[in-house]
Amino acid sequence: MTSSAISVSNLCKSYGSLRAVEDLTFSVARGEVFGLLGPNGAGKTTTVEVLEGYRKADSGDVQVLGLDPSVEGQLLRQQIGVMLQECGLYPGLKAYEVLRLFSSYYASARDPEALLDEVGLTRVRSSYVRRLSGGEKQRLSLACALIGRPQLLFLDEPTAGMDPIARAVTWDLIRGTVESGATVVLTTHLLEEAERLCDRVAIIANGKLAAIGTPKELTTNTERSDIRFSTRTTLDIDDLRLHLGLAQGAVIEESECEYRVFVRNTPDIFAALGVFLRSKNVEIESVDAGRQSLEEVFIQITAETSVEATP
Amino acid sequence: MRSEAVFAQIRVELSLTLRRGESLLVTLAIPLGVLVFFSKLDAVAPSGYNDPVDFLVPGVISLAVMSASMVSLGIATGFERRYGVLKRLGSTPLTRIGLIVAKTVSVLLLQVIQLILILSVATAIGWSIPLAALIALALVLVGSVAFAGIGLWLAGSLRAEATLALANALFLIMLFLGGMAYPVEKLPAVLESIAVLSPGAALSDSLRGVLVSGREFPFDSFLVLCIWAICAPLIAAKRFRWEE
Repeated sequence: MTSSAISVSNLCKSYGSLRAVEDLTFSVARGEVFGLLGPNGAGKTTTVEVLEGYRKADSGDVQVLGLDPSVEGQLLRQQIGVMLQECGLYPGLKAYEVLRLFSSYYASARDPEALLDEVGLTRVRSSYVRRLSGGEKQRLSLACALIGRPQLLFLDEPTAGMDPIARAVTWDLIRGTVESGATVVLTTHLLEEAERLCDRVAIIANGKLAAIGTPKELTTNTERSDIRFSTRTTLDIDDLRLHLGLAQGAVIEESECEYRVFVRNTPDIFAALGVFLRSKNVEIESVDAGRQSLEEVFIQITAETSVEATP
Repeated sequence: MRSEAVFAQIRVELSLTLRRGESLLVTLAIPLGVLVFFSKLDAVAPSGYNDPVDFLVPGVISLAVMSASMVSLGIATGFERRYGVLKRLGSTPLTRIGLIVAKTVSVLLLQVIQLILILSVATAIGWSIPLAALIALALVLVGSVAFAGIGLWLAGSLRAEATLALANALFLIMLFLGGMAYPVEKLPAVLESIAVLSPGAALSDSLRGVLVSGREFPFDSFLVLCIWAICAPLIAAKRFRWEE
């Protein structure tokens, strides 16, 4: 048994003259939750479909659970669970019939009824798939991916179309799968999802790996050099600038009651800001300082890559 | 692959077919309706038949074969492709062969139901089953292969709506111009020369050669049927795209 669940080196895949994935190299450890992030058309789905065995790489080496998906797909498919973006389930079957059908595909499948209960679909077990809501279809689709006790789970936008409660249930289910030893690869455009679930994320832009690391690593090196805050009532920005002892232009009003101070957030600066607000009796609504969010890092990285790509 | 998987798949394929009202209409109601209605019209059968039923039963059997293998199978598969069901199955341990076996068996089971109903109604309106009916079963199989090939050819290369429209159009054209409910001999000469090359006329004519007493087996029609049965599945396999 190899130590990594997935290892990809120098993967290239083109459709005609379009290079979908270029020289991609990364690996995913067993038991890890790995997120693939990137703007639409960045090459996420192509990458995942090569790993799942749907597409054959033009060049490069791909190993999934120690197997080559393009050659040993049949062996691989018994050990993976796949949730596609499209639900891909028979609209004319009832929820429990779909899950019972999928359970017949695997030698050591889980009990369909128990799994329906876990994903919270017992109430609609006898409803036709075509009558389920978007979020219910997603959860049924997830149940189909889980029924064969997969060692490796591929989830393409697993919580798209779900309300916040269903989303929380789904995240718990995914975490539960990981606790039982499975590896998870998920693509998402929800940065919150990546931050909450993923041990590591890779950001793909224009078919290339733009960044890889834990969410913390990706955000630590991007100490922001400003403080943003919003207040209930307006401030005099020149007054504030003088109080903080900063140069002309270091404090701006971005929009009404939203301010940005171009300075690193040392404790002294923060205390001075607090004193100033107290003296003016101004209540603060929100404040953003310190590390950038994964979302900001993502936007920055993808923006940089698309600038590079423009000739 | 597990045999449980194939059995479960057969069960699903068949129950999906029997659940779709439009599929029951085209595979059961229309063939039986054609049989009962046209058997009352003496004008339909060409000379050489004692009873219109003798002419009609083989035609209705080919109509049933066409409706199950081409229309029902083709449309269902086209929409499975559209909804991403085929793609989703591609990531499970169910193999392509397993899926094809399941679809084949479910179509054959549907045809068993069709034949039982058609033969019961035919017997009720005065038709007697000849001994040669066993040979007719072999012809039904060849015809199924030809029509399933056409159905999957449409399903695998066209949009689901186009498959729906075209399969239904071919059904109607073949019903009247394919020697099923109306003899090709009575068509205008130009139409007749085209119609005899259709799989519908080829199957109906071959079946009449076996089921109607005193008729010689039409080897030319049988040859046309065999060509369809070989070429249509090959083209279907070559043109089939699993994703729309």
